[in-house]
Amino acid sequence: MTDTPPLSLNVPEPGCRPGDTPDFSDFVIPRAGAVDRPPVDVDPDDIRDMAFSIIRVLNKEAEAVGPWAEGLSQDDLLQGLRHMMLLRAFDARMLTAQRQGKTSFYMQHLGEEAVSCAFAMALEDGDMNFPTYRQAGLLIARDYPMQTMMNQIYSNAKDPLHGRQLPIMYSSKEHGFFSISGNLGTQFVQAVGWAMASAISGDTRIATGWIGDGSTAESDFHSAMVFASTYNAPVILNIVNNQWAISTFQGIARGGVGTFAARGHGFGIASVRVDGNDYLAVHAVAKWAAERARLGHGPTLIEHVTYRAGGHSTSDDPSAYRAADEVAAWPLGDPIDRLKRHLIRIGAWSEDRHVQAEAQIRDEVVAAQKAAEAHGTLGQGTAPSARDMFEGVFETMPPHLVRQRQEAGF
Amino acid sequence: MTMIEALRDAHEVAMAADDRVVVYGEDVGYFGGVFRVTAGLQKKYGKSRCFDAPINEAGIVGTAIGMAAYGLRPVIEIQFADYVYPGMDQIVSEAARLRHRSAGDFTCPIVIRMPTGGGIFGGQTHSQSPEAFFTHSSGLKTVVPSNPRDAKGLLLAAIADPDPVIFLEPKRLYNGPFDGHHDRPVTSWKKHPLGEVPEGNEIVPLGKAAIRREGKDVTVLAYGTMVYVAEAAAAETGIDAEVIDLRTLLPIDLDTITASVQKTGRCVIVHEATKTSGFGAELSALVQENCFYHLEAPIIRVTGWDTPYPHAQEWDYFPGPVRVGAALKTVMES
Repeated sequence: MTDTPPLSLNVPEPGCRPGDTPDFSDFVIPRAGAVDRPPVDVDPDDIRDMAFSIIRVLNKEAEAVGPWAEGLSQDDLLQGLRHMMLLRAFDARMLTAQRQGKTSFYMQHLGEEAVSCAFAMALEDGDMNFPTYRQAGLLIARDYPMQTMMNQIYSNAKDPLHGRQLPIMYSSKEHGFFSISGNLGTQFVQAVGWAMASAISGDTRIATGWIGDGSTAESDFHSAMVFASTYNAPVILNIVNNQWAISTFQGIARGGVGTFAARGHGFGIASVRVDGNDYLAVHAVAKWAAERARLGHGPTLIEHVTYRAGGHSTSDDPSAYRAADEVAAWPLGDPIDRLKRHLIRIGAWSEDRHVQAEAQIRDEVVAAQKAAEAHGTLGQGTAPSARDMFEGVFETMPPHLVRQRQEAGF
Repeated sequence: MTMIEALRDAHEVAMAADDRVVVYGEDVGYFGGVFRVTAGLQKKYGKSRCFDAPINEAGIVGTAIGMAAYGLRPVIEIQFADYVYPGMDQIVSEAARLRHRSAGDFTCPIVIRMPTGGGIFGGQTHSQSPEAFFTHSSGLKTVVPSNPRDAKGLLLAAIADPDPVIFLEPKRLYNGPFDGHHDRPVTSWKKHPLGEVPEGNEIVPLGKAAIRREGKDVTVLAYGTMVYVAEAAAAETGIDAEVIDLRTLLPIDLDTITASVQKTGRCVIVHEATKTSGFGAELSALVQENCFYHLEAPIIRVTGWDTPYPHAQEWDYFPGPVRVGAALKTVMES
C-alpha cells in the first residue's frame, strides 16, 4: 500500500472563465434534420441515442429541414416570433424598472425565449405547467395579461398574489401555470403528482414539469423520475440546460460525462435533447411528447439545450464568472434572430417589418407598464394591505392568527 | 375497536363517500401498511385509489401536493414519523404555503399520516415525536389523537379539511391505552369506553381539546400516549389533576387550557419529545401569557430528555408515571 499515490478530489471546471477565449469546439452539434422522428409510442429503449444527440429543425440557411419540421403555418410562426419579441421587450422594461427601484428583483429570459414560448403552443387548454422562474413565455404565449404580470412584479394594489410572493413568482390556474415556489426542484415531482391524478381520474389532461440544469442535482429530480417511471405518468419533464446555475457551470450538476437527458435512461423514460434556441424544434418535440403522454405512452424527459445570455437575476453580474464574449460565441445562436431569418427566407417577413414590430411591441409593453404603475410600484402608491398577510394561511383564520392580527394593529 | 381499526374505518368512510380520496405510501397498497391501517383498501377500492409508493418521502409528499392541486384529496402514510425528514421541504416550503403564496389560486388539502412516539423498543429511528417541527411552520394543522374514537373522528375531519393536516398517530396506543407501566400486562381498547367508535361519518372537530379527567388541584396538558401516563400519575399520587388531552396542537384550543389553569392555578405539561424548543415550551409560554396571575406555582414540563431516543434505555427516557407523579407533587408543594 505504501506505493499507492494519494487520492485527489476532482472539481470540474468550465471551458472558459473571464479573460479566456470562449471555446465551444467540444460541443457536438448535429446538423439540422439529422435526428429521426420516432412514432410517439416508441419504446424508450429504442431511442437511447437521442439523449446524446440534439433535435434541430432550422439549419444555417434558416430553412426548416428534416423529419421534425412539422409545417407550422406562417401565422403560427409569426405568432411565435411575436411572443418571443414580447417576452424580450417585457424583460427589458422590467429589468430597467428593477434598476429604477420600482421592484426588488427580476429574472429575465434573454436567449431562452423559444423554450417556453414554443412549448406553450404545443399544449392544450386544461394542461398544467409546473414552471420555474424562467418560463414566463408559458403565460405570454397563452395571452395572460402583461399588465397583471407587472402588477405582480410591482406587488401593487392589483397584484393577484396580494404582495405575498417575490416578483415573477406568478400563479394562474386558469392559464395552466402552477404557482412558482422559488425553491428549486420542488415543482418537478408535483407535476408528476398532478399527472398521476389525471390518470387516476380517467382524464386526458397532461402535466409538464420544469427544472434547470443546476437543480437536476436536487433529490426532487430523482423523486420525480422514479414516480413518473413507476406510474407511467402522463407528464413531460423538461430540463432547461442554459449552461449556468448562477455562477456554477453545468458540469458541477451533471458530472464529468454524459448529458442531462441521459439521466432518463436509468428510469426507462423516453429521453431526448432539443435545440432550445430553435422555435420549430422545441415546438415539434413538445407536440411529440404531449401526444405521447396524452395517449398513455408515458413520460418524456426533454433537455432543452440553450444559453442564458443574461445574468441569473438582477442580483448577479455574469462578467465575474464567465467570459464576456461567451454569449456571442454560443453556437446555437439567438432564438428570435433564427426564427426571424427563417420567416424572411420563406417570404413571410422582412427586416423593415421586424423593426416596425419591435417598435409596436415596445409601445404595447410600455402601455401595459403605465397601466400597471398607475396602481403603484413596490413601496410606492397603494400597496396590498398589511392586514392581508394574515389571510389565506388557512382557508379559515384560526384563533391564534386572529389574535396576532389584532396585536399587529390590523 | 382498536385505533388501527378505527383509522381504517375512517379511510373506508372517506373513500366510500368521495372518489377524490386516494391513499398511498410505503407498503400501503397490497400489504395494507406495516401497522395494517390500510389493509383491504386496495382490494375494495382498486389499485388506482390505494397503492404502494417507492421509498421516497419527498416524492410521496410532492406527488400528493400535485394531486391536491389537480383536485384530489390524497391521504398519504409516512411509515414512521422518523422517516418524514426527506419530505420536509415539500411539507414546510410547499404544502404549507401553497394557499397563501398563490392567494388561493391553488390549495393543498392533503393528510399526512405518520406513526409517532416511543414505547415499542424502536430505537432512535422508530420512536421520535417530531410534532414541534410542524407546529413551528405556518400553514400546517397538527393533530395527535389518543384513542380510537378520536382517531376516527379526527382523521375524518382532517380529510375533509381544506388545508394540509399532519396526523400523528401514537403507535404505542394502536392496540391499547398504554399508561407507561411497561412491566404490567398490556390492556386493550376492548374494555375502554373510548374504544367504542361510532359508525359512519361522525367527525371530531379539529382545534378542540378534551378534558379526560376533571380535577381541581392541577392542570396537566398532554396529548397522545401521555394522556394515559398523566391519568395514571394522578391516580397513583392521589392528586386531583385535571387532565387535558389537547388532540389538536395547531390550531390550539387555548380557551380550554386557560379555563382549566385559571381554575386550578397549577400546570404540568407532558410530552414524549425532547424538551428544548419542544411543543411544551409553546404551551408553557401560552399559560404564562394567559394565566400568570392565577398561577400558584411555576409551570413544570415533563418530557423526553434532549438526547437521541435510546434503545436499551427506553424506559429511562420515556416520561412515565413516576416522573409525572413527582412533578405533580412538586407543583402541589410550591
